[in-house]
Amino acid sequence: MKRELPLLITAVIGLFMILSFFVPHHVVSVPADFLQQCAVIVVAFGYVLGGANALRVNLLSIAKRQSDWAYKLVLVVSLVATVVIGLIEGRRWQATDSVSMFLYNQLYSPMQATMFSLLAFFIASAAFRAFRIRTVEAGLLAVAALIVMLGRVPIGNEMTSWLPEGLRMGPVQEWIMNVPQNAAKRAILMGAALGVMATGLRIILGIERSYLGGGD
Amino acid sequence: MKLTALEKLDRRWLFLIVALLVLGPMLRPIGLPLVPSRPVRMFHDAIASIPDGSIVLMSCDYDPGGKPEMVPMTKTALRQLWDKHCRVVITCLWTGGSGLVDETVEAVAVERRAEGKPVVYGVDYVDLGYKAGYEAVMVLMGKGIHNAFPQDHHANPTSSLPLMKDVRDYSSFVMLVNISAGYPGTKEWVQQVNSRFHLPMVSGCTAVSAPEYYPYLQAGQLRGLLGGMAGAAEYEKLRGEKGLATKGMDAQSLAHAFVALCIVMGNVVQWSKRGGGGA
Repeated sequence: MKRELPLLITAVIGLFMILSFFVPHHVVSVPADFLQQCAVIVVAFGYVLGGANALRVNLLSIAKRQSDWAYKLVLVVSLVATVVIGLIEGRRWQATDSVSMFLYNQLYSPMQATMFSLLAFFIASAAFRAFRIRTVEAGLLAVAALIVMLGRVPIGNEMTSWLPEGLRMGPVQEWIMNVPQNAAKRAILMGAALGVMATGLRIILGIERSYLGGGD
Repeated sequence: MKLTALEKLDRRWLFLIVALLVLGPMLRPIGLPLVPSRPVRMFHDAIASIPDGSIVLMSCDYDPGGKPEMVPMTKTALRQLWDKHCRVVITCLWTGGSGLVDETVEAVAVERRAEGKPVVYGVDYVDLGYKAGYEAVMVLMGKGIHNAFPQDHHANPTSSLPLMKDVRDYSSFVMLVNISAGYPGTKEWVQQVNSRFHLPMVSGCTAVSAPEYYPYLQAGQLRGLLGGMAGAAEYEKLRGEKGLATKGMDAQSLAHAFVALCIVMGNVVQWSKRGGGGA
């Protein structure tokens, strides 16, 4: 029963949600709406569970003085402080002068922007050290990458302004994006969509059971 | 100096060059000419074709990590919509994004008020804020916006806002403008809303995710596409604005050129090490 009941619930709800896509009648749509609202609530609870798990894992590491425990301490203090301040401020957290907004604007926002900005430096370094052309395929990839990278920005067109209009970086990169790239991407999307459908069917029919845990 | 000596080049020199190439044009712009691409013109024209005064759904799905690319296009799209007296309902499906989105929208609203073209919260625009649930929220909105968002970002009951009295579900909107930095974003809006509820849609996305959306553009599921800061800058050019994206394009141009040079130089060094032989 421990495994059969979840499988049965999954199959019934899965089939019911597929039915609701095609049947707009209220007998089907009202329970389907309820289930969708349940999904939203479950996702919200996922955040609580995620927060609690992050606390548990990091507190254990701190208690055992594992490597980098000091960083984990910063994480735990930040997590607890943000939650406590948010709870104290309640619905006032969105006010421009609230502590929560101060934390968001002065800490969270610049730190996240910094993380992404650092990519520019590491990409330059990786481009110099790691992008090696060893095969014909890698050569084609490199040429396409260079054209798209330069064609996407104004300097690409400026560098090739002496060429006829259609042969400049901009139009050539647009052609690469619209034709070969698009064909490959469409094939990947279709393959992925078929895979999603197959996986969905396997879950509904109880063939795929890994989501239940236990390595089955 | 032999080329192979470059292989041992301290990477901090590369970091320094990137920093100078980014900072230089910010302080002293070069003004490289921008040529709007077809997807950008389509984005602009799609919004231009909306009847004046229509209600538009704008989903801003990003957080501060995507600020340089997403904020300029959000601002320009809002200006274009408000120039057409469109009423805009704004949502956010990214956990860390609602504060930034609200700040961005308010910045444009303040700018409009200063220009003598005031927009009123609750009448001309509503920020419904963040809702957890990814695709489930998109589908739920199709059954009723009030159902999915009982309160707005500022904790006002949604039903108390004048604009929201004219909004029921997706059929209340003439278009969805999605500004997205990843998941959940354009792909999910196309799959869950455009395909299912037939709501016309345009997208602004990060440069890295733009190739993924070209099939949707070619199939007509997207009526226009802004790819990254370059797309935002081209959009600003079409609108006759000189905003944040235009200012950043010189820096991005030089950084791209330098990365291209790094790829070429890295391989030249590799080949020279092998005695001028091929790969």
